[in-house]
Amino acid sequence: MITVKPEVQVPEKKLTQKNNKPSVYKTNQLNLWYGNNHALKNIDLDVKENEVTAIIGPSGCGKSTYIKTLNRMTETIPSVKTSGEIMYRGRNIFSKDYQVEELRTKVGMVFQKPNPFPKSIYDNIAYGPRIHGIKNKKILDQIVEKSLRGAAIWDEVKDRLNENAYGLSGGQQQRICIARCLAIEPDVILMDEPTSALDPISTLKVEELVQELKKEYSIIIVTHNMQQAARISDKTAFFLNGEVIEYDATDKIFSNPADKRTEDYISGRFG
Amino acid sequence: MLLISLCLWIKEDFTVSMKEPNTTLSVQELIAQKSNRGLLSAIEKIIPKLLLAIAAVSVLTTIGIMVTLIVETLVFFSRVSVLDYIFGTEWYPFANSTATYGVLPLIIGTLKITGIAIIVAVPIGIATAIYLSEYASERARKMIKPVLEVLAGVPTIVYGFFALTFVTPILRSIFPEVSIFNAISPGIVVGIMIIPMIASLSEDAMNSVPNSMREGAYALGSTKLEVALKIVLPAATSGIVASTVLAISRAIGETMIVAVAAGSTPRFDMDVTGSIQTMTAYIVQVATGDAGYGTTIYYSIYAVGFTLFLFTLVMNMLAQFISKRFREEY
Ligand SMILES: Nc1ncnc2c1ncn2[C@@H]1O[C@H](COP(=O)(O)OP(=O)(O)O)[C@@H](O)[C@H]1O
Ligand SMILES: [Mg+2]
Repeated sequence: MITVKPEVQVPEKKLTQKNNKPSVYKTNQLNLWYGNNHALKNIDLDVKENEVTAIIGPSGCGKSTYIKTLNRMTETIPSVKTSGEIMYRGRNIFSKDYQVEELRTKVGMVFQKPNPFPKSIYDNIAYGPRIHGIKNKKILDQIVEKSLRGAAIWDEVKDRLNENAYGLSGGQQQRICIARCLAIEPDVILMDEPTSALDPISTLKVEELVQELKKEYSIIIVTHNMQQAARISDKTAFFLNGEVIEYDATDKIFSNPADKRTEDYISGRFG
Repeated sequence: MLLISLCLWIKEDFTVSMKEPNTTLSVQELIAQKSNRGLLSAIEKIIPKLLLAIAAVSVLTTIGIMVTLIVETLVFFSRVSVLDYIFGTEWYPFANSTATYGVLPLIIGTLKITGIAIIVAVPIGIATAIYLSEYASERARKMIKPVLEVLAGVPTIVYGFFALTFVTPILRSIFPEVSIFNAISPGIVVGIMIIPMIASLSEDAMNSVPNSMREGAYALGSTKLEVALKIVLPAATSGIVASTVLAISRAIGETMIVAVAAGSTPRFDMDVTGSIQTMTAYIVQVATGDAGYGTTIYYSIYAVGFTLFLFTLVMNMLAQFISKRFREEY
């Protein structure tokens, strides 16, 4: 069971403050099908700037599908069809003239399983800036250091930047992937269960990192770990069978959910 | 013996299953009833020995070939100095009294063919692999892959005539200085012959690069071409290089195409428009000619064969080394 600390239980004031923040993503009536499998149903979600938005729900409910739709990674799967719209900073990402590379340059992604490139640590971080045209060695050096510091892994790897990233532990690899994402200074970071393949200590490090990163980035994080959602997020969306059952301030969701199914889920009755 | 025991085993199996199933027995009891461990273990013991014997045949044959090759080569070198052979630039085995056996012209001939083949095959082969692994739809891949396999199965004599009667005339109409027999036409055709090998093995290597790498790159805003060239290609380097080296090894050993289309003029120069001779073509020339048993010419084909063997052995070992040593971990 989750118990929420009383001092953060001041929903009224906090919510109005949050509502003043500009939206990063506005999802309107999004539907998605894998062939005949209706995986996302009439999703409406409004994601605010500089917040951590958690997406929770039992496995198979469409969390990954939703987050992958936000940077259009789902469109590589031939059977996928979508309807509705996702407004990113006021522009529909599905509109024909929206270049997918442009979107993904603004919206970084960290995956469930750490997936560094089979290159040196340095080249992993420098990959993004390089493909976007940054060639200057001095600038790249600065970006690499800044990104690695930003991902709280600089001290661990600063003496081995030229070694293959696969020599690192899983937790370190995941932070390399976060650093790789930071290197192009995105606006939003999408994270799909970034700690599910990590040990508890690495998990803690990534969670602390998320708290740090939210000062500069908007973060949408999928997690099947409810404690994690409660610890690190400002808003939580509860997904079930491809639908958003409830979306509210995390404190509210975990202390006083409006929907019975949310309550059942967070109290561990299913999932 | 083996057959009989197998029959017994199957028969017994059959009779048991014919019985009324006894539901009161536990599974363990049913297993105990059905199993015939004694006979099974006897078969289990014989099978590996049988397989070993079969494997031994091929190993022994290989050893036999090696021994013959080496023995006959040694006879050759008892008549011709090793140094003259390795460093000699004149290959005139048929000049009765003044015969010289400097192998360099044959090696140069082989290298010309191989070099031209690489220039043709490596870019096309790797481009094909990139297309198949990164761009082609499932349908296109299903159509092109079998075509590649058919191409790889065409008898090389057919390629030889393709070189002589199709490629050479075209070359001669563009470059009149090209003679009927030349290095460039069979070189190109040997290249065409090894394209499927490079394409198919490189595609395997690229296909085995996990999709999570591509996703990671796409998520950073990479285009398809950037993913193919900057992520997949480097990640598959060891496989691609190894397949290329293997293909080069095939080009070095290729016989029919050069025997048909390259001529039989051993020469020590860089010209590719005139008739040349490769190591393989020389062996064909002597083996199909009437060199008497026991003559130096007769033994020379073993020496050349051994030289060829060393070349391909080194290439194959290099391929293995590369794919082991530089195997990417992910
Ligand atoms: N690549 C795919 N092809 C077809 N169906 C898929 C694919 N990925 C996910 N699905 C289906 O979509 C639904 C939601 O899956 P997913 O988004 O991965 O759920 P979650 O991340 O919440 O566990 C499931 O029914 C799953 O079977
Ligand atoms: Mg998932």
